Amino acid sequence: MSIILAILIGLAFGIVLDRIGASNPTWIGRMLSLKNLHLMKTILLAIGTGSVLMFAGQMLGLVEVGHMSVKTAYAGVFLGGLLLGAGWALSGYCPGTGVVAAASGRRDALFFVAGGLLGAAAYMVTYPAWKASGLLDAIAGGKVTLGTVPGARYDGLSALPGDVLGIVLGLIFIAVAFALPERLSREPAAMQPAE
Amino acid sequence: MPLNWKTGGLLLGLVFFAAVLLVKPIGVSTQFVILDGIVADAVSADLVTKTEDGYSSTNAYLDKSGGKYAKSVANPFNYGFIFVLAMALGGFLSVIARGGLSARERRIPALWRANFGDSPAKRYAAAFVGGFVVLYGARLAGGCTSGHMMSGMMQTSLSGYIFALGAFAAAVPVSLMLFKKEA
Repeated sequence: MSIILAILIGLAFGIVLDRIGASNPTWIGRMLSLKNLHLMKTILLAIGTGSVLMFAGQMLGLVEVGHMSVKTAYAGVFLGGLLLGAGWALSGYCPGTGVVAAASGRRDALFFVAGGLLGAAAYMVTYPAWKASGLLDAIAGGKVTLGTVPGARYDGLSALPGDVLGIVLGLIFIAVAFALPERLSREPAAMQPAE
Repeated sequence: MPLNWKTGGLLLGLVFFAAVLLVKPIGVSTQFVILDGIVADAVSADLVTKTEDGYSSTNAYLDKSGGKYAKSVANPFNYGFIFVLAMALGGFLSVIARGGLSARERRIPALWRANFGDSPAKRYAAAFVGGFVVLYGARLAGGCTSGHMMSGMMQTSLSGYIFALGAFAAAVPVSLMLFKKEA
């Protein structure tokens, strides 16, 4: 059963990543260089939608709180985020979208995936040094959510009701998605129109 | 032209919601480690071994958290790995359904060509280096754009916010430096 769900949800995820332009380095580059925020609006709306549905579903008892999976907070999360961000900007791919792009026939994405496999292997080999450095030690309680989610096996960073906070933050993500302009600066007159 | 952000954002949000409703939050980057492990285990069979109460590995990373990754390496037919294969298939089918990519676009993406010209070697080298840094960073962070940023922030997890802060703090300046021209 879980394999069937893996196939169905995986298929849907791959299709949507392609259709929103997330596996196209041109749209990623336009977003990250703040030239066109269309994809940013898509992502913010998605996070907001997911958040509101999940926490509202939990409050109505329709969504298992136990399905949540919160990752540990540690200094390396920020450091790793910086590295990923730099590589994301350079290549135009992140792990998921790189795989989708490679499958859709983009030749550069095959190089991205090959580099990625080598990078992951390099981390496997250097992991003991990171472990010893203390940068992987949990901070601020480790696996925590911003509020305290009723019935969750995770602590809250604050005592605020985590499900209500999740819905409020979700609505804020949605509001920002609507408020954010597609372009921050006016299109230079000499430039050819984007597609 | 991609889907309008309202439609696209809603659909993407529904996929992330469906994942946490039916199974667990979406994540991808772990599977690069699992594929590495599968290949390495095929080359040297003593990398992952079955123990009385699970799996263990001579590699400290595969062995961590009670051999969680070692177990996936030994059993590739698991949720996370199949999920990523299905995701690749989904992307492939979607591109075919909208008529496929042009040969020009398959060779080099438009934005890159506008800024750095038509040399595939340059583009492929950048993609390779980018891939290395992205996956090294993702494993150090314990997740990537899907697992940390999307799934994490959606669950209001602190680590998701820390990750997103780091990712954009690096991605925006690097991108501003690289891409002066808009394709």
